[in-house]
Amino acid sequence: MQLKTFAISALAATLVAGCGANQTAVKSEASDKGATKSAPVKAKAKAKPAVIAGASGAMLASTCEGCHGTDGASTGPATPSIGGMSEDYLIEAMEEFRDGDTQSTIMGRIAKGYTDAEIVAMSEYYAGVDYVGVAQSADSSTVAKGEQLHNKYCDKCHHDGGSDASDDSGILAGQWAPYLQYTMEDFMNGDRDVGRKMKKKMDILLAKEGQSGLNAIISYYSSQR
Amino acid sequence: MNTNMKKQFNRRDFLKVSGGAAGAAAVGISLYSSTALAAKARVVIVGGGMGGAMAARHIKKADPAIDVTIVEQNANYHTCFMSNFVVTGHRQLDYLAHGYAGLAAEGINIVIDTVIGIDDDAVKTRGGKSIAFDRCVVSPGVNFKFVEGHSEEISNTKVTHAWKAGKQTQLLRDQLTAMKDGGTVLIGAPRNPFRCPPGPYERTALIAGYLKKHKPKSKVIVLDPKDKFSKFGLFTEGWRIHYGYGTENSYIDWINGANGGSIEALDADSMTVTAEIEDFEADVINIIPDQKAGHIAEVAGLTDDSGWCPVNLHTFESTLRKNIHVIGDASQAKGMPKSGYAASSEAKVCASAIVAMINGGNLESPAYVNTCYSVLSFEPKDAISVAAVYKLRQDGSKIQKMSGGLTPSGDKRNAAHRAREVDYALSWYENITSNTFAD
Repeated sequence: MQLKTFAISALAATLVAGCGANQTAVKSEASDKGATKSAPVKAKAKAKPAVIAGASGAMLASTCEGCHGTDGASTGPATPSIGGMSEDYLIEAMEEFRDGDTQSTIMGRIAKGYTDAEIVAMSEYYAGVDYVGVAQSADSSTVAKGEQLHNKYCDKCHHDGGSDASDDSGILAGQWAPYLQYTMEDFMNGDRDVGRKMKKKMDILLAKEGQSGLNAIISYYSSQR
Repeated sequence: MNTNMKKQFNRRDFLKVSGGAAGAAAVGISLYSSTALAAKARVVIVGGGMGGAMAARHIKKADPAIDVTIVEQNANYHTCFMSNFVVTGHRQLDYLAHGYAGLAAEGINIVIDTVIGIDDDAVKTRGGKSIAFDRCVVSPGVNFKFVEGHSEEISNTKVTHAWKAGKQTQLLRDQLTAMKDGGTVLIGAPRNPFRCPPGPYERTALIAGYLKKHKPKSKVIVLDPKDKFSKFGLFTEGWRIHYGYGTENSYIDWINGANGGSIEALDADSMTVTAEIEDFEADVINIIPDQKAGHIAEVAGLTDDSGWCPVNLHTFESTLRKNIHVIGDASQAKGMPKSGYAASSEAKVCASAIVAMINGGNLESPAYVNTCYSVLSFEPKDAISVAAVYKLRQDGSKIQKMSGGLTPSGDKRNAAHRAREVDYALSWYENITSNTFAD
């Protein structure tokens, strides 16, 4: 973890009574801009108390690990590994959860808790760590077929067998199969925004190869590291 | 660390604070990260559960030169979360067990012993050890306030609490399987605050599921001193959907405080519970007692009149004793629930603060999180969750929820998402335990 020293504003650090800890002066998120010495403005109904902002990417990222694994390497089959994904991909994924463009169980509720700057900071952190693909059993009878289909339909954006983290394409190689299945379901149901190009490719794939074609591609990704 | 170095720390802390705006910005970790100094800083962690183990790992990860020791009484830790799955046979007890080999391999010292006292610079163990520290992290979990007639001894043999997982989890499982069809299971729920607020109600749901499948003439009675509880609407909806709650054929009978749900005494010999209004006999009794901070916190003078430990919410340093931090269920982490994920999140914030304090750097702006899954049913799969992202109020008075909330219910209930939440819960288990124990 990196420790960052924050620029200190005019705030004076205060000592907490009875406690040896030093309270660091930190940036304020809800600033006091509106406060004047005149009669207090009627408080807005849901105004939250001022909180300490400016958490580092590492600090923010550490809150994700309980579900996404240490440094974003997931050991749980339903959750994706996010460590090593591209910054663009992570930012976009978080924004789509936050804005409801991607339907989710829990991520929408969580993503709303972070500011744009925080989403960038945590994405930057996870983009900077190594991706760890999982070792899992894959249906070996369909892996070859899956590779063939991947090359035909997916490789143009998900380069190198889905192992490339460039731009806004997620890493697919070595993700957990149950996670990949759920995500494909979301794409097909319209619960997750699928770009125009991908939609077209998916439709052709499904028309020609059916669900078994999709399953073969998932087998292929889950056989990769 | 010798006294000399401690003085340096304190002087530096003093400088930083008194220097305020002018001086503080210049004091960064780089100026003080001399390994000769850091290598001699010792952190001793009392309790190797979700809080303690995570704090140890996070400190070591941030600064390998800090000497980190966990003192834990059991060679294996059993997570309390997911232990209801063992009670109903969906998992075996081993599923909950985590050892310390992974942490030891990362250079953390593991001492299996019981801490009996905490001096200003060392912890004392039952095994006769004195383990010196510069900073101590106390993460002892909870202790129980048994009702009349109940005790630790009785809970080990006859009327379980099963609120610390392990042998009692298995005992409750065995009692359930041995019970005749047509029997009554009685669960006593605790008063707030307590470890794992949704836990007693998940236990109720899953035991009802077990009865429905294996012993359909049986039922579960919950005696509760409260009139409401965590995820109340979601649980009662789930009980209704899966177990007929609110109908004549309900597998669940929940008796709240207003209707005499408060337990006053237990007679384990006759398997009778005396509640506020009437007595209840049952074939299997599980009483989850009211709670307070783990025993060692009380012995060490870290608790206040509430029975819990007041702390600085940025550093988790005790407001009662210097250089001793308290995290997890035992602490008053105002705004956060007493959950495994909360303990883990507190551990990371505390670890970051400790590393900064040892190295003379500024405290990082903290970030906290919590997620709690509860399984209502395995057949069909139905789980619910509560999540929250938090920041610290500037005045340090509370860990403020920034977003979060519950799984949708009623018209917005989504059966497909409910099934997924079971899988997410199981995945969460894998990730949070490997994050904590490196296993």
